Amino acid sequence: MENTGSPPHILTARDAGLIGCTQCGKVHLPTTATCSRCGATLQMRDKASLQKVWAWLIAGIIVYIPANLYPMLATASLGHTTENTIVGGVIELMHHGSYGVAGIVFVASIVIPVAKFIAIAFLALTVTRRVRMSAHHRHTLFEVVEFIGRWSMIDVFVVAILSSLVRLDFAATITPGIAAISFALSVAFTMIAALSFDERLIWDASEDEPRE
Amino acid sequence: MSTPAPLSCDLDRMIACPACDALLADISVETGETASCPRCHTVIEAPRPLAMTRIIMLALAALILMIAAVFFPFLELGAAGMVRRSSLLDTVMAFATGLTAPLTIAMAALIVILPVSRFLALLYVLGPMAFGWHPARHAAKVFRLAEALRPWAMAEVFIVGVAVALVKVAGLAHVSLGPAFWAFVALVVVTVLKDNFMSRVTVWKTLEARRTS
Repeated sequence: MENTGSPPHILTARDAGLIGCTQCGKVHLPTTATCSRCGATLQMRDKASLQKVWAWLIAGIIVYIPANLYPMLATASLGHTTENTIVGGVIELMHHGSYGVAGIVFVASIVIPVAKFIAIAFLALTVTRRVRMSAHHRHTLFEVVEFIGRWSMIDVFVVAILSSLVRLDFAATITPGIAAISFALSVAFTMIAALSFDERLIWDASEDEPRE
Repeated sequence: MSTPAPLSCDLDRMIACPACDALLADISVETGETASCPRCHTVIEAPRPLAMTRIIMLALAALILMIAAVFFPFLELGAAGMVRRSSLLDTVMAFATGLTAPLTIAMAALIVILPVSRFLALLYVLGPMAFGWHPARHAAKVFRLAEALRPWAMAEVFIVGVAVALVKVAGLAHVSLGPAFWAFVALVVVTVLKDNFMSRVTVWKTLEARRTS
């Protein structure tokens, strides 16, 4: 059973003319509107899912641009102020020799968001287009995107902690920059994009793959 | 609609994989076993022994820890003879001035309010059931809310953020961790443990069974 990969004949609830609840798995007749077990709204497939995904994704990409252009935090020390963008902060950390932390910030604020944009766009495209990537791999990719999205918030938290710690009564003051807000928005928007993606579409797209 | 009765009985013996919509026979999963979808390998049901009691205990523990985490000093920064204590509340309020003010609400929500609402919601849903009572009113609604909040409760992300911030400040001043920090770390551990005991489908099934009985 383990080495066969996906078993040959899996009938989906939709194929059987039924609706499965995406929350609790209960199977309903197609005329049912809300799940009798958990009260979730039942939909054969979320038809507007892709539109929502694209809308949130594009919004996420748009606000990600100012997040990189404007300063994330401003350090005022002995009269002069230095403003750091996300990339600037990473470079500064590397100058200080803390490569590990520079790595974490770089991965959380640059690599993960950009990879997420690409991954969500790819998944949304492959629902309507044919690709070589198997449904299994795309499913795994989706789970990774869903899991990892929230971790991008690290940098916003770091800015908050730094600015609450390093205040006026010290030699240096750290104040949050406007980029923090657009970065937080970008993370939230891409999280919503991933959440509005109807997972079942991944498997629908692959259903007729072997036949062609 | 004239629904034939036998069909609705059949429906109760089936389950659709929440991730890929595969129609499967709804076998009763024994405690300790794990049922996963043969097509996409998503875990559908994984009841754990005493899961309900454990989740309630852990949620209670998490609530108490959160109270400690909010009110005790979180981090202490010392430089040139001055000491600055920062509590979780200060961290939340860091964005309160200027254009970043809306972030204050978001921060408070992500770190404190949403995790707390989740703990309370789980207590509300599972509490009465652990005593063998009927589920509380609107238990289904509350549990749906708890599940929807799940990705937005970011306590564990915050902890990693603290670690990064500590390294950034370490060169500038002497930083020591306050009791609230450890309370928060414990809170994250408890939350992760709690979520491991949770099997969404199992909770829904229990809720349904208890409601009708």
